[in-house]
Amino acid sequence: MTGGSGFTFLEYPIHHDFSPEGKVPVMSSILTAKGICKYFPGVKALQNVDFELQAGEIHCLMGENGAGKSTLIKVLTGVEVSDAGEVCLERKKIAPSSPQQAQQLGISTVYQEVNLCLNLSVAENIFIGREPRKYCGIDWKEINRRSRVLLANMNLDIDVTQPLGRYSVAIQQMVAIARALDISAKVLILDEPTSSLDATEVNKLFEVMQKLKQQGLGIIFVTHFIEQVYAVSDRITILRNGELVGVYDTAALPRVQLIAKMMGKAFDGFEASIKKTAAGSEAEEHAGFLAVRGLGCRGSISPFDLEVNNGEVLGIVGLLGSGRTELARIIFGIDRADSGEVLIKGQKVKLVCPADAIRHGLAYCPENRKTEGIIDTLSVRENIILALQAKRGWGKYIPRKKQEEIANKYVNLLRIKTAGLEQLVGNLSGGNQQKVILARWLITMPSLLILDEPTRGIDVGTKAEIQKLIRALAAEGMAVIFISSELDESIRCCDRMAVLRDRSKIAELSGQEIEEQVIMQTIAGV
Amino acid sequence: MKNPADIWKGFKDSRLFWPLAALGIVLLFNLIFTKDFFVMEIKDGHLYGVIIDIINRGAPLMLLSIGMTLVIATKGIDISVGSVIAISGAVAASLIGGKLEYVDGVQKLVTLVPMPIAILAALFVATVLGAWNGLLVARVGIQPIVATLILLVAGRGIAQLITQGQIITIYYNPFKFIGGGYLLGFPFTMFIVAVVFAATIYLVRKTALGLFIESIGINPVASRFAGINVSKYIFSVYAFSGLCAGIAGLIVCSNVSSADGNNAGLFIELDAILAVALGGNSLDGGKFSLVGSLLGALVIQSITTTIYATGVPPEITLVVKALVVILICLLQSANFRAVVFAKWGQNRGIAHESTIAK
Repeated sequence: MTGGSGFTFLEYPIHHDFSPEGKVPVMSSILTAKGICKYFPGVKALQNVDFELQAGEIHCLMGENGAGKSTLIKVLTGVEVSDAGEVCLERKKIAPSSPQQAQQLGISTVYQEVNLCLNLSVAENIFIGREPRKYCGIDWKEINRRSRVLLANMNLDIDVTQPLGRYSVAIQQMVAIARALDISAKVLILDEPTSSLDATEVNKLFEVMQKLKQQGLGIIFVTHFIEQVYAVSDRITILRNGELVGVYDTAALPRVQLIAKMMGKAFDGFEASIKKTAAGSEAEEHAGFLAVRGLGCRGSISPFDLEVNNGEVLGIVGLLGSGRTELARIIFGIDRADSGEVLIKGQKVKLVCPADAIRHGLAYCPENRKTEGIIDTLSVRENIILALQAKRGWGKYIPRKKQEEIANKYVNLLRIKTAGLEQLVGNLSGGNQQKVILARWLITMPSLLILDEPTRGIDVGTKAEIQKLIRALAAEGMAVIFISSELDESIRCCDRMAVLRDRSKIAELSGQEIEEQVIMQTIAGV
Repeated sequence: MKNPADIWKGFKDSRLFWPLAALGIVLLFNLIFTKDFFVMEIKDGHLYGVIIDIINRGAPLMLLSIGMTLVIATKGIDISVGSVIAISGAVAASLIGGKLEYVDGVQKLVTLVPMPIAILAALFVATVLGAWNGLLVARVGIQPIVATLILLVAGRGIAQLITQGQIITIYYNPFKFIGGGYLLGFPFTMFIVAVVFAATIYLVRKTALGLFIESIGINPVASRFAGINVSKYIFSVYAFSGLCAGIAGLIVCSNVSSADGNNAGLFIELDAILAVALGGNSLDGGKFSLVGSLLGALVIQSITTTIYATGVPPEITLVVKALVVILICLLQSANFRAVVFAKWGQNRGIAHESTIAK
């Protein structure tokens, strides 16, 4: 850090009535925060941050992990109380001390993980805790009727008496928004709502957001997806290291600039394909490592053939729910295949559990970091050595000194930001947790590394680091299967691609075919 | 070099602080109110005293709590250990037999099978029963409390089946050594507990077993994905808990020189779970402390002994015990302490809590 953050602040002064060239009509600010400071022991989470939201705008809050986005949202919604500064809603000073209070005042939040009850009906979820009553009971008719109206407002026509769990995450999110809007409707905060949605679902959400915006709602939108920022937002507030970088008109801020400001450094050819460095080795003969013949499992994925060679990155692309994760799980022995066979280096092998797969040199970074990856109340050290220890068996315990040595090496190598090796992994940020899991697998020296959405929910800088790492590993001769929802990323990293649609493999692309248009057409089946 | 304040703070934040404090409070109470509580004397080369008595009587509970700690660490629970105690005793007693023979007015020692075989058979049966629990939990996928409930209910019936509905009284004196004998002046039960405890500590801390068990307890899915054979380890901890209960059963049976299928180890599974909880272990699984559980077991036994020693009327002993346990549990809760001690710890207490909350 060279103190560069100070001058950017001066360079981009904040205008509260931001209206360049009259493009954006001057609107009333609905929510303002001034000079917000929040300190945690040893960390300045927010330092003198100003924020302003107008009625009828979609305002993106951007920043890398740890920039202070979440803390700012927590302050606005009463989860945390700020150490200095004030928050005004419609020019009245407010100091919410709990999310419920904030909600009553008119600030509602919808989080990335849907906080609803999957086993209750859609309508129950919308009205839980504030059910309309009739005589001495709950007025179910009224609940269902009003739920239908609310959802119809969002162009959603579903059976509200069905359990919420029957519907996709996208619809669950809409229901969460409907609930939030019905309770209060002045400011809506969407905290990474799109992480688990596919493209059509995202578009649907955006339509709803646009509609709400027309109705004069102020929307704060937090996301990691740059595309989406440009698709939907009016203005952007950028934070870095707990400080305000600036407020910008979305249309006037080029993407490259946005990323550069978030990362706080000059932009150095990030868009350039990192794969080109490996182009020279393409001519070399790659030995096949894994071959799959007719592997499948009814109801999960139809039988497919697949080959992965040493030193290449094989991408698996397709829409969310097209069977990408199922494919990885079946290869890694998590789900039992009911047909087909797996050959490793030409030898037929049986992989009926992850331990088998690991023994044959496979490794798998799962899609859901929290539920399938990290052991959150174990330390960074224990998390890192876990897979290696499991491979060795319980009897051959790695001596403590050796554990620390290994863990330290990988913490440095992958630049994992942690207070120490004994820090609980649950206290790390998402990106660093992902690196811990990567470290866990790298120390087992796998021949084939399967990465399922390794960069989801991770800030731009770390994303680039992980992508570079993948290429470096392939260059060293490792075979990699790379699954990602972000097409750009797959195009940048992969040598070959298998395309999935509706739970079956429909095509394989390589060389010149790895190009956005071709891939999209293949997925779409045009 | 660490200064004393740091060492004190480290100790105060350690997991063992509150279990130790609870034990300290109970002992302190006795120091003041119970006469001769700490007096120890040597009679016939054996050590006698209330403290020794607590350790001796608490041995079965300590053994159970060792096995229970590992089961709970995997996010499970084993409520069948009381019944396993009864079965283990029944097996041992029926193999040794309840014959009393006198030859020339002197008792003749008779057994149906040699004692070591009877003991091994009892331990084998107990381990198999534990393995049965493990099978239901790890392979069949029944919830631990339901799976072990089956044996809790059926176990006492099995015990009676083995003893054919009788209470077998054992007259074979060498068997009484297990629960009542002395070695080098100390009760033999202390050695049993020490050996089991040391062996378990070695297994979980000097091998990767402890890491795997904790990992499984915190996140079984991620553990499986990391290559840990989750069901194998879950199966093993239940089998081990059965073995511990089997040893405890031998001690109980030997202590009273009889096998009573109905009453041996009745409700002791609840004390064992309580011991684990008092030892500062989360019933949600994950990180565990065997030393803590052992302290927890000692606290429970001390309370029981104290209540008898202070002459609380027998009909209300359970109520008094419950009150003391509630008090100790509350003291161990950080939130409760924060509320109660907020007054005289305004600065320290609250600042401390907020860092924890973060």
